Amino acid sequence: MFKGDFIQNLPKIYGTYTGGFIVFIILMALAEQAGVSAKNIGVMFVAFTVLIYALIGYLSRTIQVDAYYVAGRQVPTVFNGMATAADWMSGASFVALAGGVYFGGYTYMAFLVGWTGGYVLVATLMAPYLRKFGCYTVPDFIGTRYGGNAVRAAAVFVLFIASFTYVTAQINATGTIASRALGIPFEAGVWVGLISILICSMLGGMRAVTWTQVAQYIVLIIAYLIPVFWISSNVGGGIFPHLMLGDEVARLGELEQQFGLVKNSAADMKAAGVPGGLKYISGTHSGVPEGGMAVWKYLSLAICMMVGTASLPHILMRYFTTPTVRAARKSVAWSLFFIFLLYSSAPMLATLSKLALMDPNLPTGIIGKSISEVQSIEWVQRWSEVKQVFIADFNGDGILQLNEWFMRGDVVVLATPEVAGLPFVISGLVFAGGMAAAMSTADGLVLAISNALSHDIYYKIINPKAETSKRLLVARVLLVIIGAAGAYIASFRLTSILGSVAWAFDFAMSGLFFPLVLGVWWKRATREGAIAGIISGIVSGTVYLTWVFPKFSVPLWGGVNTPFLGIDHLRFGLIGAPICLVVMVVVSLMTKEPSPATQKLVDDTRIPTGKAILGKQH
Amino acid sequence: MSNKDAYWNKTKNHMIVTLVLWAFFSLVIFMFGSELNTMSFLGYPLAYYMTAQGSLLAFVIILFWTANKQEKIDEEHGFSEREDD
Repeated sequence: MFKGDFIQNLPKIYGTYTGGFIVFIILMALAEQAGVSAKNIGVMFVAFTVLIYALIGYLSRTIQVDAYYVAGRQVPTVFNGMATAADWMSGASFVALAGGVYFGGYTYMAFLVGWTGGYVLVATLMAPYLRKFGCYTVPDFIGTRYGGNAVRAAAVFVLFIASFTYVTAQINATGTIASRALGIPFEAGVWVGLISILICSMLGGMRAVTWTQVAQYIVLIIAYLIPVFWISSNVGGGIFPHLMLGDEVARLGELEQQFGLVKNSAADMKAAGVPGGLKYISGTHSGVPEGGMAVWKYLSLAICMMVGTASLPHILMRYFTTPTVRAARKSVAWSLFFIFLLYSSAPMLATLSKLALMDPNLPTGIIGKSISEVQSIEWVQRWSEVKQVFIADFNGDGILQLNEWFMRGDVVVLATPEVAGLPFVISGLVFAGGMAAAMSTADGLVLAISNALSHDIYYKIINPKAETSKRLLVARVLLVIIGAAGAYIASFRLTSILGSVAWAFDFAMSGLFFPLVLGVWWKRATREGAIAGIISGIVSGTVYLTWVFPKFSVPLWGGVNTPFLGIDHLRFGLIGAPICLVVMVVVSLMTKEPSPATQKLVDDTRIPTGKAILGKQH
Repeated sequence: MSNKDAYWNKTKNHMIVTLVLWAFFSLVIFMFGSELNTMSFLGYPLAYYMTAQGSLLAFVIILFWTANKQEKIDEEHGFSEREDD
């Protein structure tokens, strides 16, 4: 099935798959009517979709090196765009993004600009050149361009730190969703998630991950958009919310005035026993905060996320799989288009969900009602039990104020269908979508790490004479080890999903951005410069993170430090990356210019036609 | 100047133009967030609209435009790949 005409048949295969998934949704809707319990529908949604991914993973098994590492370089432009979009949109994007906008408003949306704008950097500075180079992994480019094992190992080190930070968050998200949908404890959910992730990637490497990611994209985008459009027409937002919510945004401004935006003191919240991770609305939805510092906070976050995007190996490696350089460029554009479909919907979902809870004129509104009345609502009870929502009557008047309603960000996506009165089949669909999003990103990340370790460390440095079968065996064993290590750490729940996701971007930007860009755009960049740049960037960034993040700075530096120029723990790449650049340029200029062979290699990288620098199988 | 150098010069200029557009939609307009928010577009405050949707859409358009333009530069200098490459 997966030979020859498979590529030509892709539109038909995935068209049938999409139709089949829609039929499945309709069957579930009928089952709900027939009295199947909400819990069983959730279980069936997750089980059915995960089984399909596993089947695709099994059918894509391979014993070829180039199929395992770069899907045989035959993934068509549009399909690679879908796979990248799934690779990109993590459990955090799917579950937590709308919640972030819900609580953070305009300021938070710097993430939206950052996580999309970075693709312009990917397309102009990186993707086409790395594709021409013909590398299997990102460190493979750095190791060949600069030459030598030390620089290759340094690049693997940065890749490992950035991707591993990210993957624990993804396995955490997979576990959260699996535990809620299947009704099992979180720790068990993490291992269920891990097994699902490994089934998709172990037998077929990049080839299997590519074709499951396309399938996962289709599920996650359907699962995100159907509720947004449906909720919008249910709460009077119009059938096409993206263009029609102007009045609703204005109405939120009025309601903020009416209820007042109050900041709770930490002592009050502690006394009331607000569970950790729950937030309340204290900022405006669409208003822009005044002052230069607020502008800088917005811009600095956007810069970190954009530059980080262009340095994340699990994204860059997706563009190694296209048939041509030209296809790699177009594929970046398609990726962003598919990402845009979800990202532009998140603020709309946040607006609708906020209005549904805040507007006293709507039947779903809870702010301003009596607390005993709110506590008797079914969904409030259900989510209170699992400590996802909380009510604290600070002023003791028995009326729910805006600052007395606490909620976890995830609830915006997971509970809004229920709040707006949609049938449970939609909630089941949302669980399947969240699972698809978290699994697809985790797959890409685990593969990026294990490929770098097996190709760059094992094959290129330790045992260059290894046979194909041995290389692929090592790659698979590492895949299982990395996945299990990620799941083990995730089961401790060290940090909230978004905190550590942003760190991955800062790590990648500190150590990889300039070595990659200058490798293509500056012939004078030398091996010594690259090594010094990578190490100084990642070390200075990490040291700054420990200094500025209170949980680390108290034991390590003996106290809480005020961020330098507003650069807090979400933005530490702004320390690492400039240091990496300066050190790399200075050291390069101090050392002997690269050999004519290396300069020719850079020249060849810049031209789309002609042979790849590295052979088809290497 | 050899054909390769001419090609690379054009590619570099094209890269700079693309990055200027990128910087405009990702950074410059958000330097003036509070001023822009007094204007409105589709009924949304403008800065809110741009960060929620407008800039994102602009990036998508920039990417398709820049890929097409680069393909033309490839063709002009004879560095265009065959489809079955």
